[in-house]
Parts: sequence; C-alpha cells; structure tokens
Amino acid sequence: MNDYLLQLRNATLSRQGRTLLSDINLEVNAGEIITLIGPNGAGKSTLLKMALGLAVMDSGQRIVRPDLRIGYMPQHMHLPETLPLMLKDFLALAKGFKPNELENVCKRLGITSLLTRPMQRLSGGELQRALLARALLSSPQLLVLDEPVQGLDVAGQSELYELIAQLKDELNCGVLMVSHDLHLVMAATDRVICLNGHICCEGHPQAVQQDPSYLELFGQSVPAHLVPYTHHHDHTHEDGCDHSHSHHGHDHKTEGDQK
Amino acid sequence: MIWLLDALLAGWLLSLMSGPLGSFIVWRRMAYFGDTLAHSALLGITLGLLLDVNLNVAIVLCAVFIALVLASLQRQHIIPSDTLLGLMAHTTLAAGLVTLSLVDNVRIDINGYLFGDLLAVDREDLIMMAIGAAVVLFIIARMWKGLLAATVSEELAQVEGYPVAKLRLLFMVLLAVVIAGAMKLVGVLLITAMLIIPAAAARPFSQGPKQMAAIATVLSMFAVALGLIFSYEFDTPAGPSIVLTCAFMFLMSQLGHKTFLAKHAD
Repeated sequence: MNDYLLQLRNATLSRQGRTLLSDINLEVNAGEIITLIGPNGAGKSTLLKMALGLAVMDSGQRIVRPDLRIGYMPQHMHLPETLPLMLKDFLALAKGFKPNELENVCKRLGITSLLTRPMQRLSGGELQRALLARALLSSPQLLVLDEPVQGLDVAGQSELYELIAQLKDELNCGVLMVSHDLHLVMAATDRVICLNGHICCEGHPQAVQQDPSYLELFGQSVPAHLVPYTHHHDHTHEDGCDHSHSHHGHDHKTEGDQK
Repeated sequence: MIWLLDALLAGWLLSLMSGPLGSFIVWRRMAYFGDTLAHSALLGITLGLLLDVNLNVAIVLCAVFIALVLASLQRQHIIPSDTLLGLMAHTTLAAGLVTLSLVDNVRIDINGYLFGDLLAVDREDLIMMAIGAAVVLFIIARMWKGLLAATVSEELAQVEGYPVAKLRLLFMVLLAVVIAGAMKLVGVLLITAMLIIPAAAARPFSQGPKQMAAIATVLSMFAVALGLIFSYEFDTPAGPSIVLTCAFMFLMSQLGHKTFLAKHAD
C-alpha cells in the first residue's frame, strides 16, 4: 500500500532458555494504528521493545526506515525520590525540538499548569500525559505506546484514545500500541494483533473478536457494544487459527497490506 | 601549614568532581557500584608499581577494567547484583592487599591508601587533580543532557537517539578518575562517602538536578575545609574527619528540612 515504517520478520526472542516470542511478523505503515492485545505475560511489552530495538532478538530481522523518528511512551517510569526533576525539565530532555513546540504539546495535552510540578508528584493520569508529551516532542513518524490509558477512568480513556487518533491524522504517523484487552480497544484501530508468545490472529477489531483463538484466550463474554466500530471483513482465516500449530499459515497480514 | 593548604586545594578539586558525579551516583542508585570500583583502586596501585606506570593512570585503568567486567557480569542475571558487587569489591580489595605485600622492593603504607594520607599529597598530585577536575567538569557540562536523560530512563533515551552505551562507559571512566583523585585524600574505604553524602545532603534544598549538583559541590567543599581544620586541631586522621563532617552536614540538612517543612505546613 505505502512505504512501511518498521518491519519485523520472523523475529524470535528468548531469555534464559525460555522462548518469549516466536516467529513474529509485523509491519507498521504510516497513518495506521495497530493495537496489540493478549493476556499477561503474552510478550506485548517485549514485542514493543523488540520493535524499538531495545530488546535484542535471537533470530529474525528488524527493518526500519532510514532516519525514522520514533516517539516512545513506556509503561512505567519510576524516578528515584533523590532526583529533583520538574515536568518541564523532564520534557526538555527530549531531543531536538523547537521551543514553541513544547508549549504547543503541553497545551494540547493539558499539562501546562503542571510544568513546575516535580515528576514524583504527578498522578497516574498526569504522568501518562507527561510521557505522551515527551514522545510527541520528537515529532515522531512512529508512535509506540505501551498501555497508554492505564490508570485512567473510562472517560479519560476514551478521551486519550480520541486524542491519539487525532494526533495520528495530524502527524500522519504510524501508531503501534499495547492495550490490555480488546474490550477497550479504540474504535479507530485499523488492525488488532492478538499475541500470546506468537501472533494468534490479527485483523480488524470486529474480525478478531470472532476469531476462535481470540475466544480461547479471552472467553466468550465480549461486550460488543464497547467496540462500536464495524468493518467489512476482507479476508478469512481458513486455518482456524489453532494455537499449537506452526503458524506458517498466518500470512493473511501481508494479504491485507497489499490490498 | 603549607601542607594544609595543599590538602585543602586537593580536597576542593575533588569536591568539584565529586559534587556533580556523586549526584549522578545517588540518582542512578550506583553507590555500591562506586564502592566496588573504589575497592579495586588498591589493585590498581599494585599493578602500577609492578608495571612501573604512573599510579593515578594505573588506578583509572584498573577501575575502568573492573567497571567493564561488572557491567558485563550484571547483564548475565545469574548472580544478583548486590551479591556480585559485594563479591567483586572485597575480592579486588583482598587481591590488592595480597599483591601489594608481594611487591617486596617497595615499602608502602597501606593505611595511607585505605584511609587517606594528606601528607602524601604533593605538587604533582595537585597538578594531576587540577587537570582531572577540569576534564571531568568539561565532559559533564558537555554531556549533561545525555547523562541526565539516560539517568531518567535509559530506554527512552536510547529510542530518542542518545548514545546510551557510550554515555554509560563515559560515566564509568569519569567515576574512575574521581576515585583516583580521592584516593590520597580520603582513602579507598571512604571514597564513596565523599560521593554520596554531600549529594544526599543537597537533595532537600534542590528543585532541579543542576542545582543539586551545585549545592552538593559547595557542601562538599565546606566539609573538606571543616574536616581539615578539625583534623589539624585535634590531630585526627584527615579523611575520616572530612567524612564525619559530611555526615554531620547530612544530618543537619535533614533536620533543617524537617523544620522548614513544619513551618510551612501551618
């Protein structure tokens, strides 16, 4: 369709003799939102770190568009109490942004009034927005977000998801993010990837919800009204996406991308 | 009196380095790492004597080597970090003591190396320390943003394109230089105190990282001066006297901060 920003090919990663992720194929394009879902320990954060080049894979390839600017929003940020750091000092650590950019980003995320607050005194939601602000300051072509809405109430979650969708359109950037379950996946997600050590199934939110391997992982009780986005399903899962098989049949992602 | 002046000068040069660097050690929770490197300094001395190279250079090289070994061992995740650091600290110290006793053509005052020996500070040391301090301060000033970004979050810094691995190595080299500089003044066993106590004392009064580094430097200079005067007046060992003064300042800063908070709570 268009030039990819980042690709993982047959990526496998193991630590201490345990395979955490195997045979991962992933492609992120500009203007596309990809959401990773999966149970605890499925390797969602690890996959993000692999995509970011932070975790070294055992085999496979990571191909990145040259000079790709990535904005990363980590899941946690534990600053020691001994480090006196105000929000503005934290944001200023981002690389190569223009002074008025900082002002704009802060206004956008509603954190202007917090700029002189010590980082350790930010609430969970404030810290999330601070981390997103830092990610945006690098004017990213690819946004990588690790559970961006954690610790927010339902209103805050939809607000932040909406903002991410807007930002994607404005920056025309690709978005790769982790969400803890499909129930809360934003309507604007183009593609959901269901992960459990390997890619179980992937596709549009509606499609994934009906996929047998998704149901096996998350059960049947999916409140459909939380995913109001309906979409025409343009490919089918002939192989039934069984968990234990060897996954060479999982190439429907590339089919989807070439449409 | 002239030796006291030399010692004061040496102590202040050390403070200029240990203030900022000690702050980083506190922020990065690397106190035990620094301690381990300091313990290895004695081994550096022996190697320097055996190979007949400048002792300061030998200490720096040895500390950098140990730092690299530690960094690669810590990545294995087989032995917990604190065990590994304790193991390395005392092994290198023991190795230093044993090998030092085997070098039989030189008589060395081991106490002086363990607890510092002010009388041993000569003009050559002062010049070395002045150069060291200038280089360390210059590098910290130039690399400040990157060092701080990596301290806040190595992963974030790496994604943003900071040379995180190089910065880590640079930090270790700087630390090694400071250890070599502190050795004669406070000795192997007390170097870490000079690094972390002034920084910890500066914390309650700091709003930002630069401010904390500056306050730590000033407090450290105060402690050096007071400690030396104390040592001169009461004929106590200089290194421990300086460290005790640091500790006293830390105590006062905590108390002062509590009273300050109590007053402003009303």
